[in-house]
Amino acid sequence: MIPPILKSREAILAGAILVLVVAIASRFPAFVAPANLVNVFNDTAPLIILALGQMVVILTRCIDLSVAANLALTGMVVAMLNTVVPGLPVPAILAIAICLGALMGLFNGLLVWRLDIPPIVVTLGTMTIYRGIIFVISGGEWINAHEMSDAFKAFPREVVLGLPVLSWIALLVVLGFVVLIGRTPLGRAFFAVGGNPHAAVYTGINVGQTQCAAYVISGALAGLTGYLWVARYAVAYVDIAGGFELEVVAACVIGGISIAGGIGSVGGALLGALFLGIVKNALPVINISPFWQLAISGTAIIIAVAFNATSSRTKGRVILKKAEHAA
Amino acid sequence: MKLWKSLLAATAMAAVAMASPAQAEDKRIALVVKALGIGFFEAAAKGAEEAAKELGGVEIIYTGPTDTTAEGQIEVINALIAQKVDAIAISANDQDALVPALKKAMDRGITVISWDSGVAPEGRQLHLNPSSNPLIGNMIIKLAADHLPDGGDVAVLSASATATNQNTWIEEMNKVKDNYPGINVVATVYGDDLADKSYREAQGLMQTYPDLKAIIAPTSVGIVAAAQAVSDAEKAGQINVTGLGLPSEMAGHIESGASKSFAIWNPIDLGYSATMLAYNLAAGNAEAGPGAEIPMGRMGTLTLDDKNEGAMADPFVYDSSNIDDFKDIF
Repeated sequence: MIPPILKSREAILAGAILVLVVAIASRFPAFVAPANLVNVFNDTAPLIILALGQMVVILTRCIDLSVAANLALTGMVVAMLNTVVPGLPVPAILAIAICLGALMGLFNGLLVWRLDIPPIVVTLGTMTIYRGIIFVISGGEWINAHEMSDAFKAFPREVVLGLPVLSWIALLVVLGFVVLIGRTPLGRAFFAVGGNPHAAVYTGINVGQTQCAAYVISGALAGLTGYLWVARYAVAYVDIAGGFELEVVAACVIGGISIAGGIGSVGGALLGALFLGIVKNALPVINISPFWQLAISGTAIIIAVAFNATSSRTKGRVILKKAEHAA
Repeated sequence: MKLWKSLLAATAMAAVAMASPAQAEDKRIALVVKALGIGFFEAAAKGAEEAAKELGGVEIIYTGPTDTTAEGQIEVINALIAQKVDAIAISANDQDALVPALKKAMDRGITVISWDSGVAPEGRQLHLNPSSNPLIGNMIIKLAADHLPDGGDVAVLSASATATNQNTWIEEMNKVKDNYPGINVVATVYGDDLADKSYREAQGLMQTYPDLKAIIAPTSVGIVAAAQAVSDAEKAGQINVTGLGLPSEMAGHIESGASKSFAIWNPIDLGYSATMLAYNLAAGNAEAGPGAEIPMGRMGTLTLDDKNEGAMADPFVYDSSNIDDFKDIF
């Protein structure tokens, strides 16, 4: 008998990641050197943060396509702010980035909640608006490495206990989500709203408000990542993180978060993001033709999703646990 | 993405349509770029303004789509035809897709030239190359070799695997690499002109080739990302990032030592020359044809080959000695 824990989606995905890492290591042993694994995790940190934000949105049967645009706009704003006020301390920049991101998330959320517009349309629209605003405020100019202050650029790279701050932030966000999802009424409400909105209403949950809260969380994390992204790559321009929203959604889907809402876990989103991060980091070092790289990433996504779909196909819902054991 | 593109294209068109009505006697020259908001083209626009001032009685309409698509440029061209401009000087996103729209413009008596990134011969009167491909191919490997007297491994970080410009330059580079003994080109990787992917590819190169001495990135996004990756790996000084980049974007990396030198043709000169050429053709001062020599102000004259193409000048090298003079310009 296989213990149920090993049959869970997360365990299967973790197994797949392990197989993947072993396969990569067989072609390029240095990939599994601890220093490189730290690099890979650090490189995946923005994806992890955004995937967790996206997860709560998807849990409530919504989707947030504006995350990458939100990230880029926040990144541009803090970068411009930094050029004007170079002495602004990093905590203040972080607070501004998170608030600005949350504000943009709130805008999405209010449109979904108050005006009842389909989420995909709202976020498709705001994605365009946010990218457009970057163009307007920057005049299309780049903010380059030498225009940013050293403190601004150094923060995500600062190494604390062997890991860069960027990685620590991702870990903190993961921890925060474990608490939020597992230990708070809001966390349960996300599942209730996505699982069965009508039933959620009867239990006294405000569906629109919960969805709005999910958007605010996703937006705040996108804002946070905006600063980290710009500081890490030391450049801000209109197109940064172009198309990244799709990668974020892909990480969620690979992680077994049901696009129909109501199903998902923090571990799933984390593993989904790690899976994509490892694939992205491995492809450059194992000498595969660039023409194949895109096809390989795409195939990995479809295989992972197909795997999830079959493994999550239940034979009907078990209502009485006792009856199951009896049978 | 589609919605975002079409919305912005519409905005760009509206902006073109609302451009100030010109005085009747002015020559109106439209400088159409691959996309608005790219430092290189903003600098070219400055050059165009300089030429306009020098010529007098010339109005420059600087325009383009908001992202690098041929469809966006076609809409811009149609708007310019409706405005009856005198000349269009375009850096094309696609060498064939723009031909019908540009032919229509020429049928209406508008002078059409392409610069930087060319249009097929039937869609323009002449093409101004910023430099010639062999000159660039030679320059990028020379930049790496200049700082490697004892030779060593170098790798190329390009834009996308299908980018025509980059592929041509790399091909030309490979033709002349035997002139630089000891320089060993070990790999070519592609960062797709995305900062994060280029960064990751550069990290990959450093891992795969521990003895790497230089990264050649003939793309402005790639060179910045590679320089950042080298600084972050604390290998500035050991690995020299070079190639083609913009002084404003590379200033920090020249200072940190991640890049010792890089090159680019001067976009100000390019915009200036394109405007001069467009003006001279539109005013009837010169005729485009194989072998023709067309004056372009302070940049001398452009000699056309049998495909009506000409090269402006050698790429210009930037290093710590001159970067400060240029970083605020483009």
